Amino acid sequence: MDVKVKILRYNPEVVDEAEWKTYSVTLQPTDRVLDALHKIKWEQDGTLTFRRSCAHGVCGSDAMRINGRNRLACKTLIKDLNPDKEITVEPIKGLTVLKDLVVDMDPFFEAYRAVMPFLVTSGHEPTRERIQSQADRDRFDDTTKCILCAACTTSCPVFWSDGQYFGPQAIVGAHRFIFDSRDEGTEQRLEILNDKEGVWRCRTTFNCTDACPRGIEVTKAIQEVKRALIFRRV
Amino acid sequence: MQQHQYDVIIVGAGGAGMRAALESSKRTRTAVLTKLYPTRSHTGAAQGGMCAALANVEEDNWEWHTFDTVKGGDFLVDQDAAEVMCREAVDAVLDLEKMGLPFNRTAEGKIDQRFFGGHTRNHGEAVVRRSCFAADRTGHMILQTLYQQCIKQNVEFFNEYYVLDLLMTDGKASGVVAYELATGELHVFSAKSVIFASGGFGKVFRTTSNAHTLTGDGMGIVWRKGLPLEDMEFFQFHPTGLAGLGVLLSEAARGEGGILRNKDNERFMERYAPTVKDLAPRDMVARAMANEVREGRGCGPDGAYVMLDLTHLEPAHIDAKLPDITEFARTYLGVEPYTEQIPVFPTAHYAMGGIPTNIKGEALANNDDVIPGLYAAGEVACVSVHGANRLGTNSLLDINVFGRRAGIAAAEYAETATFEELPENPEAYVVELVEGLRNSTGEERIAAIRSDLQATMDLNAQVYRTEGSLKQALVDIEALKLRFANVAVQDKGKRFNTDLLEAVELGFLIDLAEVLVVSALERKESRGGHFREDYATRDDVNFMRHTMAYREVDADGNETIRLDYKPVVQTRYKPMERKY
Repeated sequence: MDVKVKILRYNPEVVDEAEWKTYSVTLQPTDRVLDALHKIKWEQDGTLTFRRSCAHGVCGSDAMRINGRNRLACKTLIKDLNPDKEITVEPIKGLTVLKDLVVDMDPFFEAYRAVMPFLVTSGHEPTRERIQSQADRDRFDDTTKCILCAACTTSCPVFWSDGQYFGPQAIVGAHRFIFDSRDEGTEQRLEILNDKEGVWRCRTTFNCTDACPRGIEVTKAIQEVKRALIFRRV
Repeated sequence: MQQHQYDVIIVGAGGAGMRAALESSKRTRTAVLTKLYPTRSHTGAAQGGMCAALANVEEDNWEWHTFDTVKGGDFLVDQDAAEVMCREAVDAVLDLEKMGLPFNRTAEGKIDQRFFGGHTRNHGEAVVRRSCFAADRTGHMILQTLYQQCIKQNVEFFNEYYVLDLLMTDGKASGVVAYELATGELHVFSAKSVIFASGGFGKVFRTTSNAHTLTGDGMGIVWRKGLPLEDMEFFQFHPTGLAGLGVLLSEAARGEGGILRNKDNERFMERYAPTVKDLAPRDMVARAMANEVREGRGCGPDGAYVMLDLTHLEPAHIDAKLPDITEFARTYLGVEPYTEQIPVFPTAHYAMGGIPTNIKGEALANNDDVIPGLYAAGEVACVSVHGANRLGTNSLLDINVFGRRAGIAAAEYAETATFEELPENPEAYVVELVEGLRNSTGEERIAAIRSDLQATMDLNAQVYRTEGSLKQALVDIEALKLRFANVAVQDKGKRFNTDLLEAVELGFLIDLAEVLVVSALERKESRGGHFREDYATRDDVNFMRHTMAYREVDADGNETIRLDYKPVVQTRYKPMERKY
């Protein structure tokens, strides 16, 4: 089938402003949007620039705004996009565009690093593994799925409006340790998130949950962190 | 051009690179260079688990694990290295748990373990639960956990820095040259130790579980320096790739009870491996599947694949243990694994060969001598713990054990060594490479050449090989080299030039495909992942030895590949027929 793909192109080496460009591509209904981008790059215009690696939704490289919604290009099939109409592809919002679909990921990773996303323990390490029941393990299972693709953070209207908010992903990253029975860093992490740019900025719009390609209930995780802050108990 | 100086440079930020960084950055100034972001590395795509004889759920010990690794590798494994890996496996898993890795748990709260292909109790008696796992995203959790520890330890990363050359001074490693993707700028890094941990080269094949970025850069760089590559003919084809796509469905699916079936709904693995059936090693299962298809028992309109059957498993069990791979089946093939069988076919998965190293992770210049300051770990390396066929889960183990060892060895060396003077114009080769491609006036499309390379490799150098097919592949590769000399890079810019990047990557792929095929042609036997229809049995008299390939350039600039051989280290186990 012939599909029209409209891409927001921007190369600051060449132009001052981003502009839409439309490409015609022959695709199978079961092709991914990533296949469409590759066909354009490989057969029509080698300057088209985007990140990608694994091509099956686990590396988190190719989050982009497809038909107005944040998704992974490698996990979005053409047939699920109403391909009779033009498919639009643009970079994720709220991070500086470096070229075409490539944005500056550094602020995003900085927010993640700021929440102490690592196990904090004290005292002597046990000889064998730390014991954890499967039920305790299940409490944070959902947030361990995160692939740091930024689809959630860059779908959040609060994040768009000012770049100070940590964003949903950083809270997901903190949640994964706050609710881990082995961790002893909860107080510190909650203090970081209690900051004026922390969890309280969340307006519960659920954009993040809708955007997550891993199906993480992001808004629920944020609510659990808020509750932990109020009751100082996890 | 910018200049930097570090004690230790690590190329690649997957599991092996970050595990090495955790060691070397404790005691030396370390930088990790990656052409991606660390969490994008393909370690994250590994699914089923990491084996270690913890004996948490049943009797087990590391000696049995060593035996399985040696036998699984069709006795081409260096047994001293396998012993090290399997003995240190237990601590490697426990270390990850202490770093915070969320393993699935037993009823007592210990790390849970499950079955995996080729892992047995008491030297092949029956399958054993040895794989430690986090659902079917164990690699993802290892990658995340190691990255988190790197954050905690303030490891310095250079993200989206593409290393294109290794600098050598008087036979020692002295640094690397990297191309910064964001700006197109070149960076020269002077270092006492360089560790390659840059992964495999699965993209020489079309049907592959590998990421687009797995183009063998580290092996290619070393190769162009005239350093050897070992056992490159041994490439693993994973049995269960999603048919037509190659996306990996973990062996854990069979570990949890999944069954392979042909068009007659027969559990055909009973014929090929009566004891362990669907949990035979990957090379045997992949060949059995390809054989079912060749003999007309394949499924689908063209009979081109077989089926993976999970329908007899409880949906709740599937959701708890195999959530990701069942989602892949739903997303990409529209198949519901609760009720429908999943079309699968072998997919190019893992390079057993690579940069030869010893058990400390030191890279070898030949059969005996190490290259001072140069190290390799993970898929880019060949220790050799995988021999002719890697057992499932042993790659996640390899990156942790030998990543750690390489990190320690590189740091210890850097603590006593001094910085070597860099060669004159250290960036000259990379300038020529990059600018040559950027300014090329050729007309050949990168993607067309790559596609033709992958087509000939899939057709002629895959699960089944013959002298005729391999010679055809060589003829095709020769023609592709000529076309590559005329390749066009459309993007002439400096900023994020991924077009240029793909051209450089393609150059490495062509080099490595040729090494693979030349090595395969000369190995006139069948062993592990290398199966020659014209020499269908293993020949220990003539071929119980590692292949060592060298690139040689004569006075007129003509390149040839010279093959040499290295003995296999045998300690406890004598070669025996490989039956399961």
